[in-house]
Amino acid sequence: MSNQAQPISEDDVRHVAKLARLTLNDEQVHHFTDQLGAVLGYIAQLGELDVEGVEPLAHPLDLVNVLREDVAQPGADRDAMLANAPDRQDAFFKVPKVLGDGGGA
Amino acid sequence: MDVTNTTMLGVRDAVASKEVSAVEVTRAYLDRIEKHNEALGAYLEVHDERALQRAADVDKGQLTGPLAGVPIAVKDLFCTSYGKTTASSRMLENYRSPFTATAVQRLEDAGAIILGKTSMDEYAMGSSCETCAFGGAKNPWDPSRVPGGSSGGSAAAMAADLCAAAIGSDTGGSIRQPAALTGVVGMKPTYGRISRYGMIAFASSLDQCGPFARTVADAALLLKVMSGVDPMDATSAPVDVEPDLDEVEREVKNLRIGVAKQYMLEGANDPAVQQATDDAIKFYESQGATIVEVDLPHTKYGIPVYYVVATAECSSNLARYDGVHFGHRTAEPANDIVELFSKSRAEGFGDEVKRRIMLGTYALSSGYYDAYYNRALKVRRLIKNDFDAAFEQCDAILCPTTTTPAFKIGEKADDPLSMYLNDVYTVNAPLAGIAGISLPAGTTEVDGKALPVGVQLIGDAFAEAKLLRVARLYEAGHDHWNLRPAL
Repeated sequence: MSNQAQPISEDDVRHVAKLARLTLNDEQVHHFTDQLGAVLGYIAQLGELDVEGVEPLAHPLDLVNVLREDVAQPGADRDAMLANAPDRQDAFFKVPKVLGDGGGA
Repeated sequence: MDVTNTTMLGVRDAVASKEVSAVEVTRAYLDRIEKHNEALGAYLEVHDERALQRAADVDKGQLTGPLAGVPIAVKDLFCTSYGKTTASSRMLENYRSPFTATAVQRLEDAGAIILGKTSMDEYAMGSSCETCAFGGAKNPWDPSRVPGGSSGGSAAAMAADLCAAAIGSDTGGSIRQPAALTGVVGMKPTYGRISRYGMIAFASSLDQCGPFARTVADAALLLKVMSGVDPMDATSAPVDVEPDLDEVEREVKNLRIGVAKQYMLEGANDPAVQQATDDAIKFYESQGATIVEVDLPHTKYGIPVYYVVATAECSSNLARYDGVHFGHRTAEPANDIVELFSKSRAEGFGDEVKRRIMLGTYALSSGYYDAYYNRALKVRRLIKNDFDAAFEQCDAILCPTTTTPAFKIGEKADDPLSMYLNDVYTVNAPLAGIAGISLPAGTTEVDGKALPVGVQLIGDAFAEAKLLRVARLYEAGHDHWNLRPAL
């Protein structure tokens, strides 16, 4: 990006959607490619700046290792946490088969 | 007295002196909601029974505190252990939080009555309230126009007196921009001032809770009540809350108001916005302030930096919505777990959320991380350095909040870039982690309707006490704060 703005391709959008776990149809891929291309084109102006030697700023506060005392405390209530699950069985979240055929669920 | 036509402190004092009961106050606001919410869409859910119950507790002397009996609206981004918490997303349409956000809990501990949850852009991603999955709020000054966003419902509720005060969140301008477009006070505090625990995450290094209010003094008290370190949020700042944080009448000696040419985009500003800003500069000068020209050379890079940083963080934060633990799950058959994730997310998220997740995923993906994310963080540092240098020379920076008054619903809805450019004056303060406040600055007539404009003051990190006093000086010299839409 720092040298030249590359407009994002439909294949790029399909790849990103896969990484982001979003099912898109062809029409959406087409639409998002145009829109993301316009935004990325705008973002490309960051390439104008010389940022050599500049320390990245990931967070406004200089806090490190904010830890509480290592003392056991009551956790969240299990049933309250499970109450929002779309599907459950007993104390478990229920999902479709995770492993391939033969692996069992 | 008409309790819905006063200030939050006015309501609080009327209840405290027993001029009216808390139940009467709460009923008065619930009646207004009943009458106007259908047209304005400010609230998604009203907790009338619970509100009246708590008001009765105030009247019995069982619920006390600095906000006793004050009815408050809460953006539906804040988890509450009662009612639903949706973030205006299909993904969380039926979500019931097992806990309450710290900011809300602190309001309640201070005696506030939570009236309900307000409409917003989905997951706080938007500048117009139009990405709300359940019908966004409208601007009480002209319902064919947006109230701004993302905290549009809280702003609309405040402007229409459907609450005595409200809270929202600001990531790139989501409190200040809607405050300006609806003619109320809206403040984004310093990053870390108020706990983010229970505030549904969009961009964790930027998100900050803040108040909407009729007056600066009201906003100051809300800030004071909600502020302070919280063991449940490791990024809440271990900074003591100043006992005089809400003493807004105090004078700021030798006041220096900064003005930056990068915040005076005369070509982009609506003439009324420009006029309001010029008038505010003259006003401060007339009050004896020194006007200082400050230079913020990296301002124009704020929006590109924001749309890399915020989307990168959002792509990570929203990875938790998997259709398994909570939130929407697809009803369609899924052959494996990845298909379940992908279909559930595709159905649960709206287009703007998808765009931002994909943009952030792209910026963080292999081969692009340095070019996008790391470079954006470096420019973010340059933006912060600009502010650090400016605050050596001035107490607050004065600028518009937005370039224009409220735009029409639908006008920018399918043009993301044009929508993003709305944030030009608001996006840099969150990137630097500093505070900003938008103040009502009068109205301008557009298509036969009066529309509010705002001016903004930007202040240094943890210098809100001073910022609020500077803001109060402007407020005290004008009657803009008391302009209300005809409903």
